[in-house]
Amino acid sequence: MSEQNYAPLLEALKKFKSNRIVPFDVPGHKQGRGNLELSDFLGKQCLAVDVNSSKPLDNLCHPTSVIKEAQQLAAEAFNAKSSFFMVNGTSAAVSAMIMSAVKAGDKIIMPRNVHRSAINALVISGAIPVYVNPGIDKHLGIPLGMSFDDLKNAIDNNPDAKAVFLNNPTYYGVCSDIASIIEYAHSRNMLALCDEAHGTHLYFGENMPLPAMAAGADMSAVSLHKTGGSLTQSSILLSSGTLSDGHIRKIINLTGTTSGSYLLMVSLDISRKNLAVNGKSIFRKVLSLADYAREEINDWGGYHAFADDIRGRYVYDFDRTKLSVHTRSIGLAGIEVYDILRDEYDIQVEFGDLANILAIISMGDSALEIERLVSALQEVKRIYGKKDISDLFDHEYVSPVVAATPQNAFYAEKKYLPLEKSKDYISAEFVMCYPPGIPVLAPGEKITSEIIEYIKYAKEKGCLVLGTEDMAVENINVIA
Amino acid sequence: MELWYTEQHTDNVRFSIKVKKQIYSGNSEFQRIDVFESEEFGMFFTLDGLIMATEKDEFIYHDMIVHVPMATNPDIKKVLVIGAGDGGTVRELCRYSGIEHIDMIEIDKLVVDVCKQYFMQTACSLEDKRVHIYYEDGLKFVRTKKSEYDLIIVDSTDPFGPGEGLFTREFYGNCFNALNDCGILVNQHESPYYSEYASNMKRAHLRIKAFFNVCKVYQAHIPTYPSGHWLFGFASKKFNPVSDLNANAWQSLNINTRYYNTDIHIGSFALPTYVNGLLEAK
Repeated sequence: MSEQNYAPLLEALKKFKSNRIVPFDVPGHKQGRGNLELSDFLGKQCLAVDVNSSKPLDNLCHPTSVIKEAQQLAAEAFNAKSSFFMVNGTSAAVSAMIMSAVKAGDKIIMPRNVHRSAINALVISGAIPVYVNPGIDKHLGIPLGMSFDDLKNAIDNNPDAKAVFLNNPTYYGVCSDIASIIEYAHSRNMLALCDEAHGTHLYFGENMPLPAMAAGADMSAVSLHKTGGSLTQSSILLSSGTLSDGHIRKIINLTGTTSGSYLLMVSLDISRKNLAVNGKSIFRKVLSLADYAREEINDWGGYHAFADDIRGRYVYDFDRTKLSVHTRSIGLAGIEVYDILRDEYDIQVEFGDLANILAIISMGDSALEIERLVSALQEVKRIYGKKDISDLFDHEYVSPVVAATPQNAFYAEKKYLPLEKSKDYISAEFVMCYPPGIPVLAPGEKITSEIIEYIKYAKEKGCLVLGTEDMAVENINVIA
Repeated sequence: MELWYTEQHTDNVRFSIKVKKQIYSGNSEFQRIDVFESEEFGMFFTLDGLIMATEKDEFIYHDMIVHVPMATNPDIKKVLVIGAGDGGTVRELCRYSGIEHIDMIEIDKLVVDVCKQYFMQTACSLEDKRVHIYYEDGLKFVRTKKSEYDLIIVDSTDPFGPGEGLFTREFYGNCFNALNDCGILVNQHESPYYSEYASNMKRAHLRIKAFFNVCKVYQAHIPTYPSGHWLFGFASKKFNPVSDLNANAWQSLNINTRYYNTDIHIGSFALPTYVNGLLEAK
């Protein structure tokens, strides 16, 4: 692993700094000198390496030296053939991955609980989704993972599909049997793409669910900034080499910036090094913290911090670093607990949905912080918990009726209607709670009364509902 | 050659003590611990560069954190002490023969070990058979207890670093739960003077007030703490520290103290106007 100790982009930037180059290029803040307040706030160090691409620093759109080297080391660390540093977030990585694999009119098989970025890519490319039921845990009220059988059926019924798209894991930590699914997809000449936005750690920890590259996927979008320690918005797209690097890069450059941030890129380089060198011990600790918290929380009754215990038809494996806690059983919606934790206890968790909260446990946590979360949850139960859970929404997954492709619906002639009057129309817009950013409605889907009720209930409970042209999500664009 | 220990009380204020020599320096899992010997304050020890106790003025702090609640309710029998690794609080508690059981929860064993070696002035009662020491996070210990204690004393560091969890709403809620119906919670409450300390103090006060019927603040003069003006919080489900003070009962115990007396007990609850203003502000 000695090569993984090296961070070529970091070295290049250090050298660049020591050369004391006089900049007559962008950015105009000129290493911070032109914007003192910004430089005081973020630090001189930081601004001094917020620089433009140049010969010694390579160019993200066309990497030939240090970025290429850093990407190659990342590819090796992730057991891939090549990797692409992404500075427009994992959303861009997911879109680039899908657009590399399918074009207008091509079918792509995916679970309905994908991130909006996957459906965004369909709006842009014109590819057609074939949705597979991800399964629902009725008690928890969350979508799970696709079963192999359901996926096999979808593949058999759509032999012309070009690709299969998988979440590994879902936001909540649910994993499908991706190895079997990928093998079957390959046997039917379909590409296998993975959204591993929440799965960086799977590549480096022990006793974790299988990561996509090891399972034979053709590409995977890995959000290093989520659980890998890099800066927000930095991400990596991995390829096993089925598609040519040149083709993938061309797709990335279609919508990607030509001013790739060196702060983001060097954070990927340094994080990759840290993960490759220290990943095992880092995630051993993360797992033990998450396991401890689950044990304590489950000990008092009321809450249900779920993990391996929900394995079943739609849950092949579970990512135990995710601390997902079912709160409905103490009479509170997840979003209510989420708000109480922040407003009353100064604790920010990742998200709260209608029945659960999710706390991300990562390399930056210690036993002291975990203890605060555990204690606060105990207090929330004692002080705010209710016996009566009857007013809570009993959520059922409703298979969407796809009446038009996302692209056709998005660009169709539209009518602007109050949400309550939109029943039976075809939506031309997204509606989602954020986080998690999984669409409740996607363009091209029929609006049902259940969906309208769900949106109203989520807003009432305080979820951030968004996606429509109308910021308040009281009106919606439908196909005229 | 002169050797000076300097503590940064604010970005713009420093406090220095001339040091004869450094006796010890070490790092635990949680913090850095140093012991110095000085002319003016005798031996003193610091955590992460902040003075915790000096031989010369520790009696003020320990008198006030212990004797105020003990004189308010002389029937206290079971006590939980959180932090207090130097042992000074336990030393004062052990002078009451009526106390039957003391649980002391210190997160950092090294603090206790170092104080036992260099600071026997405060650590002298840690071997008392009524004292039970647990090395763990106070936040965790307290949430496992229900209606068990007559008195909880939070003798912590400042609310950054390992002491942070002991200034939170979840902690105070758990303390409330761990106290019985006569329970008293006393905590070191930071200083009102410098703004950073004052805002910690205000937050702590607001959070405690949310749980307890009686919620008061009292003061002492501690020369080596930032600004020298230090506060303690007194919260209780039942007792008012001023009107319920049992001066005769306490005096009959014949406990000799150098700072505390029953007059200063009453007087310490009379606060400067600006401090009252800070405490009343939302």
